[in-house]
Amino acid sequence: MFEFQFFVEVLVGGLLSGVMYSLVAIGFVLIYKTSGVLNFAQGAMLLFAALTFVSLVERGVPFWFAIGATLVVMVALGVAVERVVLRPLVNQSPMTLFMATLGLSYVIEGVAQLLWGTQVHGLDLGIDDVPFEVGGVLISQFDLFAAATAGALVAGFALFFRHTRTGLAFRAVADDQFAALAVGLRLSRVWAAVWTAAGTVALVAGLLWGARLGVQYSLSLVVLKALPVLMLGGFDSVAGAIVGGLLIGAIEKLAEIYVGPLFGGGIEAWAAYVVALTFLLLRPSGLFGHKLVERV
Amino acid sequence: MGDHLLILEGLAATYNHAVRALSDISLTVGRGEVVALLGANGAGKSTTLKAISNLLHAERAQLSRGRIVFDGRDTAALAPAELVRLGLVPVLEGRHCFRALSVEENLVAGGIGGGLSRRAITRGLERVYTLFPRLKERRRSASGLTSGGEQQMTAIGRALMSRPRLLVLDEPSMGLAPLVVEKIFRTLKRLNVEEGLSILVAEQNSTVALRYANRAAVLEAGVTALSGDAADLRGRAEIRALYLGSPGESAAHLAALRGPSPANGDT
Repeated sequence: MFEFQFFVEVLVGGLLSGVMYSLVAIGFVLIYKTSGVLNFAQGAMLLFAALTFVSLVERGVPFWFAIGATLVVMVALGVAVERVVLRPLVNQSPMTLFMATLGLSYVIEGVAQLLWGTQVHGLDLGIDDVPFEVGGVLISQFDLFAAATAGALVAGFALFFRHTRTGLAFRAVADDQFAALAVGLRLSRVWAAVWTAAGTVALVAGLLWGARLGVQYSLSLVVLKALPVLMLGGFDSVAGAIVGGLLIGAIEKLAEIYVGPLFGGGIEAWAAYVVALTFLLLRPSGLFGHKLVERV
Repeated sequence: MGDHLLILEGLAATYNHAVRALSDISLTVGRGEVVALLGANGAGKSTTLKAISNLLHAERAQLSRGRIVFDGRDTAALAPAELVRLGLVPVLEGRHCFRALSVEENLVAGGIGGGLSRRAITRGLERVYTLFPRLKERRRSASGLTSGGEQQMTAIGRALMSRPRLLVLDEPSMGLAPLVVEKIFRTLKRLNVEEGLSILVAEQNSTVALRYANRAAVLEAGVTALSGDAADLRGRAEIRALYLGSPGESAAHLAALRGPSPANGDT
């Protein structure tokens, strides 16, 4: 039997958790669009951000100061990665770059472990996770907060890319890297800006995911949640990352509730991949993307 | 050598350290001069122009020999962005507009590339719109949706935004209607005459190029085969046979031009 109110509740819950996937996926898209690198280390960066923040707070650093300090650390990390690892590899094959970021993600995790230890930390952002009711549908307050934060971040980026010189340079580089080089745009500056943005995304996503799951090493595995989102939305589209995230979130929850029982449950973890793979066969470039993983 | 804005001396270049694209290219562009670079497909025109703007690295190619001097400076150690700021600005083959950006954003990107202030960019836009009124009408359109001629004007306008002293154009006539080609060359010539802009233009359409150029150089399999006064070259039979198309004669002339030991290895 089908109960509409319950369906809506599952759907809304799914969409809101999808926002969290979008957030991780956007970090990928920003870097992929401008430099053609599929940055697998995005998950490790997210973990690093959450871990740094929690460790600072646990050592008595005030909340906002800890956020500021972590942001500085993330920007430094992003710029360092671009300069030390990726710039010398410019013009290498996409597979080389991908392997470099894969290796990098383990190095970042290792360094995080050295610096901050291995225990699991709780992260309290001071938002109660008490559900409230809208027209008979229960909505998680935390999920709503996460969605609003992600929305604000995306709106901020949109304004930045639309109205600033660096934003215009970013879009030019993303559009045609060779032409950008030829007209005299400084790619290294654009890349530094992009990695700064990716570091910021990692911080926000790390805090939200950390508050949800606890800050622990498996946090870096949320990248695996972002991959189906990217397959669905396209690797080079911010809009695609948002829509893809929402779709994957909704599909996961709905599949678990309505299809899962047929198989004895537990399909939430891989239902997204089934959808993404099916989609890959039908439309390889994703909903909004231009090309599949291929350097322009 | 004060009157030479650009000097190429014995350039040789390879792709991936393996495929030879240029063997021996020498040429000069004087201040205020329009020089045409002619030659068949694969003769090395594009590679020469990319070498001038230090863009070879982006395509996994490199200079293996020779020297490029722009305005008295060896360019080997200069990044493309630095060359643009010094006044050496390329207009790429195939236009390469930022397709998702509006026409005006393309132009602004050129200004940013040239390191201009906001005010200077506004003035630059005025100037480009005066030269190409068509671009003003289309300035809000995504450049990828504009016509080939409009895209070429956008690409040229974008390059002009950074206030070049030497404009280096690669096949501006490619895929365009004769009238549009004529209009573009007329505008370039006007910039040359009125503002002293020096121009180096690679063209397969040698009829048009020779009409507007002061001098020309002909590339043949990665070597400068001929160079001289444009009016002179226009009259010479072998040039006409080879590059203005009259296939019967061209084989014999080709053999005559190449001489005893042809350079090889060109793509």
